[in-house]
Amino acid sequence: MGELRLMKGNEAIAEAAIRAGTDAYFGYPITPQSEVIEYLMEHKPYETTGMVVLQAESEIDAINMCYGGASCGRMVMTSSSSPGISLKMEGISYLAGAELPALILNCVRGGPGLGDIQPSQGDYFQATKGGGHGDYRLYVLAPSSVQEMCDFVKTGFKMAFKYLNPCMILSDGAIGQMMEKVELFDPVRRRTPEEIEKQCPWATIGKKTNRERNIITSLILDPYEQEKHVKKLKAKYDRMQNEDVLFEKIQCDDAEFVIVAYGSSARISQKAVDIARSQGIKLGLFRPITLFPFPSKELNKLSKQLKGALSVELNTGQMVEDVKLAVECKIPVYHFGRYGGVIHTPDEILNVIKSKFIGV
Amino acid sequence: MEIKDIIKPENIVYKKTKLFTDKPLSYCPGCGHGTTHRLILEVIEEMNIQSETIGICPVGCSVLAYEFMDIDMQEASHGRAPALATAVKRLMPDKFVFTYQGDGDLAAIGTCETIHACNRGENFTIIFINNGIYGMTGGQMAPTTIPGMKTSTCPYGRDVKIMGNPLKITELVAQLPGTYFVTRQAVHTPNAVRKAKKAIRKAFEYQKLNKGISFVEIVSNCNSGWKMTPNQANKWMEDNMFAFFPLGDIKVPQLEKV
Repeated sequence: MGELRLMKGNEAIAEAAIRAGTDAYFGYPITPQSEVIEYLMEHKPYETTGMVVLQAESEIDAINMCYGGASCGRMVMTSSSSPGISLKMEGISYLAGAELPALILNCVRGGPGLGDIQPSQGDYFQATKGGGHGDYRLYVLAPSSVQEMCDFVKTGFKMAFKYLNPCMILSDGAIGQMMEKVELFDPVRRRTPEEIEKQCPWATIGKKTNRERNIITSLILDPYEQEKHVKKLKAKYDRMQNEDVLFEKIQCDDAEFVIVAYGSSARISQKAVDIARSQGIKLGLFRPITLFPFPSKELNKLSKQLKGALSVELNTGQMVEDVKLAVECKIPVYHFGRYGGVIHTPDEILNVIKSKFIGV
Repeated sequence: MEIKDIIKPENIVYKKTKLFTDKPLSYCPGCGHGTTHRLILEVIEEMNIQSETIGICPVGCSVLAYEFMDIDMQEASHGRAPALATAVKRLMPDKFVFTYQGDGDLAAIGTCETIHACNRGENFTIIFINNGIYGMTGGQMAPTTIPGMKTSTCPYGRDVKIMGNPLKITELVAQLPGTYFVTRQAVHTPNAVRKAKKAIRKAFEYQKLNKGISFVEIVSNCNSGWKMTPNQANKWMEDNMFAFFPLGDIKVPQLEKV
C-alpha cells in the first residue's frame, strides 16, 4: 500500500510529477490550476530529484520550454487552464509535428474567451480533434478523481514516450480543486543521461562521433515527404485506437440505458445511476477514460443491448458527436449539458433520463 | 602546373570547416548568413565542442540552418528559440547552447522571449542577424528597418509617424542584469569577419562562467530584399545601417574593462 494523503487534484498531480521522475516542469499561473506550480515551488524538487521547475513568462513559453526539453529526450510537463491552453496550441502542434513526448494538463474552466474559473468540459473538441493547426491528435486522458490525477501522470508519460506524441490530461476545475484521499505511488528515480541517450537515440544532446547529427524539426517542405510524415503520424493514432483505449463500465451488465460521461460529469452521473437503480430503472454508466482514442468499439458493442444513451457533459454538446458515431445512430442518443461553469445535479440528470427514455 | 599540384597540405592556408555539411547553402550570393554560419562552426571546431553543442534555429531565412551545421539542432517556432534554449541549458548545464535568430524572429514576434531570457540571466549564447528586413517572406518591414528604408510593406520608406520606430533591441538587452556580454558586429569585410569571430568565440567561452546571456548582433545585408547588388548593399549598410546601429561592444564583463 502506498502512502495515503488527503490532497487537491492539482497537488496530487504535482506530487506525482516529482515521484514519476519528471525532468522538468514549466508553467504559468492561471486559475484553477495554479496549485500545480505552487506545490512544486514549495516542495523544491530541484534540490532533491534535480527536477527543473520554472515559472515561464507566458503559457507560450512554457510549452516551448517543454519543446526544448523534450527535444533532449527529457520527461517534461506543463499545466494550464483553458485560455492558457489555447495559447499553448501552437507549441502543441509543433510537438506533435516533431514527434516529441510531453505531458500537458488542462484544468478546464468555463468559456469561451476569459469565461470564468468554474469547472467546464468546453475544451473537449480542442483536446480530441487537434486544437492547434495541422493534422494531428493528442493522447487524451480524462481523470474523474484525485487518485486518477495522480496515476495518470505515469500513464501519460508512458504513452507520450511510447508514441512520441504529446499527451494531455483533460481535467477540470472540480477535479483540480477538490480534496480526496489519494494513494501515492512510490518514487521512481529520474533517468540518468546515459539511460536517456539509450532510450532516445533521436535526442539532441550533443552529436557524438559515432552517429549522424540529430535534428528536431516539424518542417518538411516537400509535399510528398510531408504526406509520408502525416501518414506515419496517422499510423500512430490508429495504433493508439487498437492498443491503448481506456474506459470504465459501471452497472452496465443488465443496463437498458446508459449515461456516457467523463471526468467530473461521470462522478455526478454515477450518483444518478445509483438513484435510478434504487427506483428499478436499469441505468448504467459508460465512462471513457481516453477521450482520444475514444472507446468507440466498446461503446458500440454495449449499444447492442441498449434502448438509448445520454451524453452528460459540461458543454453544449461535444462528446455526444463521438457517442453517435460510436453507436452508428442505431439507438437514440441525446445530450444533456450545463454550461459556463455550472454543474449538473444527479436528480436533473435522472429527470432527463426519465423524460427522454421512459416517458415520465 | 595544374590545380592538383597546388593542393598540398603545405600550401593550404584556408579550408572549409569540417563542421559544415556538404549541403549547398540556400542563401543568396552576397548574404551574410553563410559567413556567420562559418564563424560559429569554426569557433565550435576550434573549441572542440561539437559533441557538447546544441543549436536552436529560428523561422526566417535561416530556418534551414540545421541543414548546414553538423551539430545537434532543434527547429523552434517563430520567435521562441530562447524558450527552447532556456530548457535545454537548464536540463544540461554542461552543454554549450546557442540560438541563431533574425530580426523578425528575435525583435518582433520573439521580443518577449528575448527580453525574459536575457533578464533571467540564462546561460546561453544568442547570435542575432539584423538585416533590417524580412528576407524569407519577400522583403517586408522588420522591427529593425531604419527610418526612410524601403521595404515591400513600407514601399515609400519607413515613416515613423505611421509605422512607428525601429527597435534597438541590442541596446535594450544590454541594460538587463541577466546579460553578461553584448556586442554588435558585422561580416562584410575581412576585418569585420575577424572581429566578429573573436566576439563569437568570447560569447561561447563566457558560457563556461555561468554568468548570463552572451549576445552577439551581426548587422548584415539583404541584397535581394534591399534590391541591390551585393557591393551596393554593403556600401548602403556601411553608410546607413551602421549609422543607426553602430558597431562595437555594448556591454563587456567588468573585469575586461580594466
